[in-house]
Amino acid sequence: MSYIVADCLVKTFGAGASAVPAVSEISFQIAPGEFIAIMGESGAGKSTLLGILGAMNAPSSGRLLVDDIDVYRLHPEQLADFRREYLGFVFQSFHLVSYLSVIENVMLPLTVTRRSKTEKRAMALEALSRVGLTEKADRLPGEISGGEKERVAVARAIVNEPPILLADEPTGNLDSRNSREIMHLFQHLNDGGMTIIMVTHSAECAAYARRIMQLSDGRLQEDRSVIAAGWRMAS
Amino acid sequence: MTLKLISLRNLMRRKGKAAFILAGLVIGVATVVGIISFVEAVTHDIAHKLEQYGANILIVPRTENLSLSYGGLSLGGVSFDLEEIRESELARLATIRNHRNIAAVGPMVLGVASVEDRRILMAGVDFRAAGILKPWWRVQGAYPDENGILLGSEAAGLLKLKAGDRLPVNGLELTVSGILEPTGSQDDQLAFAALTTAQQAFQKTGRISMAEVAALCKDCPIDDMVRQIAEVLPGAKVMAIQQVVKSRMEMLAQFSHFSYGISGVILFIGGMVVLVTMMGSVRERTDEIGIFRAIGFRRSHIMRIVFLEAGIISGLAGIIGYGMGLGCAQAALSLLSQGHGGHVPFNPGLAIGSLVLALALGLAASAYPAAMAARLDPNEALRAL
Repeated sequence: MSYIVADCLVKTFGAGASAVPAVSEISFQIAPGEFIAIMGESGAGKSTLLGILGAMNAPSSGRLLVDDIDVYRLHPEQLADFRREYLGFVFQSFHLVSYLSVIENVMLPLTVTRRSKTEKRAMALEALSRVGLTEKADRLPGEISGGEKERVAVARAIVNEPPILLADEPTGNLDSRNSREIMHLFQHLNDGGMTIIMVTHSAECAAYARRIMQLSDGRLQEDRSVIAAGWRMAS
Repeated sequence: MTLKLISLRNLMRRKGKAAFILAGLVIGVATVVGIISFVEAVTHDIAHKLEQYGANILIVPRTENLSLSYGGLSLGGVSFDLEEIRESELARLATIRNHRNIAAVGPMVLGVASVEDRRILMAGVDFRAAGILKPWWRVQGAYPDENGILLGSEAAGLLKLKAGDRLPVNGLELTVSGILEPTGSQDDQLAFAALTTAQQAFQKTGRISMAEVAALCKDCPIDDMVRQIAEVLPGAKVMAIQQVVKSRMEMLAQFSHFSYGISGVILFIGGMVVLVTMMGSVRERTDEIGIFRAIGFRRSHIMRIVFLEAGIISGLAGIIGYGMGLGCAQAALSLLSQGHGGHVPFNPGLAIGSLVLALALGLAASAYPAAMAARLDPNEALRAL
């Protein structure tokens, strides 16, 4: 299982006098199976940090180790392979491909893997059943609700069973009922051993996490473990 | 789920753009196919017509003293002893590299024949070869056998002879088998007999004064053939009647060059259409490329998606373009020849070539957009939304 080490991560946009630090000397370690909420005000550097953790945004300095792999020392093509094998992404705006059906969207990460069509389809259906959307497998994204789109995005993120799930404001576009369903889903995935790192503004969503990192002005202000109460208790 | 399916689905979604790219490529390919097919058909037609021009190479003895002209070429004074070529030497023509381009060889023996109190120039010819070498000949009567003679229109008028009359020539009693209709050439003043008859009359058995050759020079430079014949007949002087052939071939070559130039320009424009449209398509798809990259697609996978789309459209354009080009060439040929044009045949080489051309053009024009798509940074792509 993965073990994430962020070692003095720095990300600066621009150069010279106009340089803007987005992430400043952040270090932490994440054990396998943790459920972490990264919180902070807008512009605090949450999404930038998530991009760095997602192997999509190289830090200006510092190292990111995942399962002893120095992520940003990888060749760009290896970096893509790393994302496919280690990470699942859930975006705030769903980012589903509009011209592909629900099941095809879920199968996307499997497209470039050496698996048979049948196996890919079976895995996609399994992921869809975990998010409760099997019956809408052949619909287009435009034909399902916002909450369902988010669940499709989650199914796509977990279809190849990555050890780490990264979520950027996963409930940002959802009402409270759908938000609760998504968080329950995350909770369930985390219970199954998946490491979840979630950026959120919502204290209610953060209540599902077992550890909360508070960012402010690109710095890690607070990093504390919590008893995951919230809706876990309510459910 | 495969990369091909993603490409196909995207093409189906963007039908307008796909149709625009397809049209650009089809026009380019159809132009090239049309021009090549048209030039080929016209070249074939000209080659066929060239055969009707008759002889285009003359073989005469190598001598410095001949002065009589024939057909605008110096042939020698018939009243003198002519240098001659042995008839058997003509068999060597079958050994030259371009022997397949020889349509006919017409040996000819020339001599002065005494007819009563008059002297006429008589030529012994191979009448079977004459059908190819002098296709403009029209005979009132029949071609002669070994005991006959064919008179040019002026010669017949001067001698007051008609078909069926008997004519003593150098001790031989020959029958006038036919009269040549006026040709406007020196043939009108000549008498023609079978080669062996004339050789017997002039006591030149096995020898000839000259030979005419009809060469099909669609695919061979006539100068090369002249050189090759001269090499196998070192004692003879070989000359080409080049004017008509050369000017027609040069005109065709100029037309071809011009047409290929136009094709190149149209292909370039077609390529630009593909390039610009594909670049626009890539820009529009920044978000989905960002998603693909974020979930683990390699740069090479993104490039393959773009190339697959270009390949599918290009393949289709190759097939449609070939059909359209062929149709246009046929229409142009019919139009220019007022309905009497030749047929533009199916050319498998050109069909494969057009497919390869379309694919090469489509893929080459998509290379930059594909590279641009592959270079998209997933983080930037997703943040730009």
